Amino acid sequence: MTMTTEPPGPTGAATAALRFAGVSKKFKDGTVALTDADLTVAPGEFVSVVGPSGCGKSTLLRIASGLDGASTGEVDVHSKSVGYVFQDATLLPWRNVRDNVRLLAELDRMEKKERDERVRDAIDLVGLTGFEKHLPHELSGGMRMRVSLARSMVLNPDVFLFDEPFGALDEITRERLNDELLRMFRQRGFAALFITHSVQEAVFLSGRVLVMTGRPGRVKAEVPVPFDYPRPPDLRYSADFAALCGEVSRHLRDV
Amino acid sequence: MTVDVGSDATAAVPAVAAAADETAPGATAPDGAVAVPAAPAPATAGRSWTRFRGALLNKFLLPLSVFALFIGVWYLISGLTLTRQQRFMLPLPHDVVRVGILDWSNFKVTLEALRYTVTVTFLGLAISIVLGVLAAMLMHQAKWIENSLYPWAIVLQTVPILALTGVLSFFFGFALTSRTIVCVIISFFPIVSNTLFGLQSVDRGMHELFTLHRPGRLTRLWKLELPAALPAMFTGLRNAAGLSVIGAIVGEFFFKQGNAGLGTHLSVFQSRLEGERLWATTLVASLLGIIVFVFFGWLSRRVVGRWYQPKRG
Repeated sequence: MTMTTEPPGPTGAATAALRFAGVSKKFKDGTVALTDADLTVAPGEFVSVVGPSGCGKSTLLRIASGLDGASTGEVDVHSKSVGYVFQDATLLPWRNVRDNVRLLAELDRMEKKERDERVRDAIDLVGLTGFEKHLPHELSGGMRMRVSLARSMVLNPDVFLFDEPFGALDEITRERLNDELLRMFRQRGFAALFITHSVQEAVFLSGRVLVMTGRPGRVKAEVPVPFDYPRPPDLRYSADFAALCGEVSRHLRDV
Repeated sequence: MTVDVGSDATAAVPAVAAAADETAPGATAPDGAVAVPAAPAPATAGRSWTRFRGALLNKFLLPLSVFALFIGVWYLISGLTLTRQQRFMLPLPHDVVRVGILDWSNFKVTLEALRYTVTVTFLGLAISIVLGVLAAMLMHQAKWIENSLYPWAIVLQTVPILALTGVLSFFFGFALTSRTIVCVIISFFPIVSNTLFGLQSVDRGMHELFTLHRPGRLTRLWKLELPAALPAMFTGLRNAAGLSVIGAIVGEFFFKQGNAGLGTHLSVFQSRLEGERLWATTLVASLLGIIVFVFFGWLSRRVVGRWYQPKRG
């Protein structure tokens, strides 16, 4: 397995922002979480992965980020920094909004002046200006997730990994955050690999939806989503949209 | 959950509007207007007074009536069951106050003793905190260090402190040094165990967040583990402080050279059968314990109460 983290550049065929080739993951207890997973995410592309619980979706992200190693196969990540948004907001409860957003920039030793500027921009980007001094426990779940997004945005990564970030939120908040995530996606132009349980969310956000099978996990089907960005919120209620969701769901049922 | 929206938030209404969708209940109205809690209406004021009276009853009147009952029983036992010769065992409460507290020449000596006891208590506690936190941080670095040291911290905790007084006197004499060491030994374990527990119970997701950015060990300790451990450390500190008071008094009981502390007095009045002064000194010692306990509770709320809510888990 190779794990390259170089800035994107003309390196021949490897122009993908993220590439998995024949990646498998077997845990020490013998569980096979992933077999022969192949996928690529082009720079500036939004790709979602849907699949049943326990099909290795999260393992995919853990390998892509380097939290776990692959047992076999090849993983290329072409980005100087990778944004990882967890299912929980994972905010430090003793730090207020601004200091939480600043955390990763601190860990990466960003120069102070640039850091402060980027923190301000990121807080503005997620619409939390005015809440800088609030502590996490004073915020709603959706607002906490916004802080978590802003924290990654500060580093301005070329590749974003999302591990069911809105899974714990109510439907209304989730849709609102989907709209806003797309706005950020358009504004910043990152490549995204987005894990979710929600077919509708996957179709609404992505240029491509990958369907995974369960145990051992592998990518089973790929559904291209032809809608242009920016996507209006009402797209969710169009017939074409429903038809695509139906197609993804059918693949899921056949798993 | 309350969001206290200050004036700077009001100034940034457009941004607030964008963030107002997920609404912290009652914090911001969906249209972006900042919901300012209405001034308490007369009805609310009336209710809050009732609640205040209820709190007064529950928090003060009930414990105080138990105290009154306690004093009553004291009078009964002392006045009715003890003969004049036996009364040194349990003098009448007003005699304790008159001789032990209102008699300034007596009470001045007690306050002087209190000062020394407080000094030893805090000196021992301070050493304990430094050593205990360092030991816990060391054990946290590697499982084998923890496995090597932690059992001995438990042993130190379980050795009866009285059994050590003899040996301590050989090496450190009968004064301040030995007394302080007793305090350290007795208050060390709660600091170590709670700090270690705090360091080890950091949320896994937060650890992974840090891991992604490859911080050094010290950075992780300073920015993640120590702050996360603070609530547990304060729990340990509160227990250790109470134990340190006990250690100081026990130490003074056995190591009687140098300045006399409360423990020294207790021992002296006991041998002289001076019941009034013995009881008064006991009361002062108890008060010291209570004050120390309350003080560290207050300090804990001051430092971590801002962000730590035990009930929310």
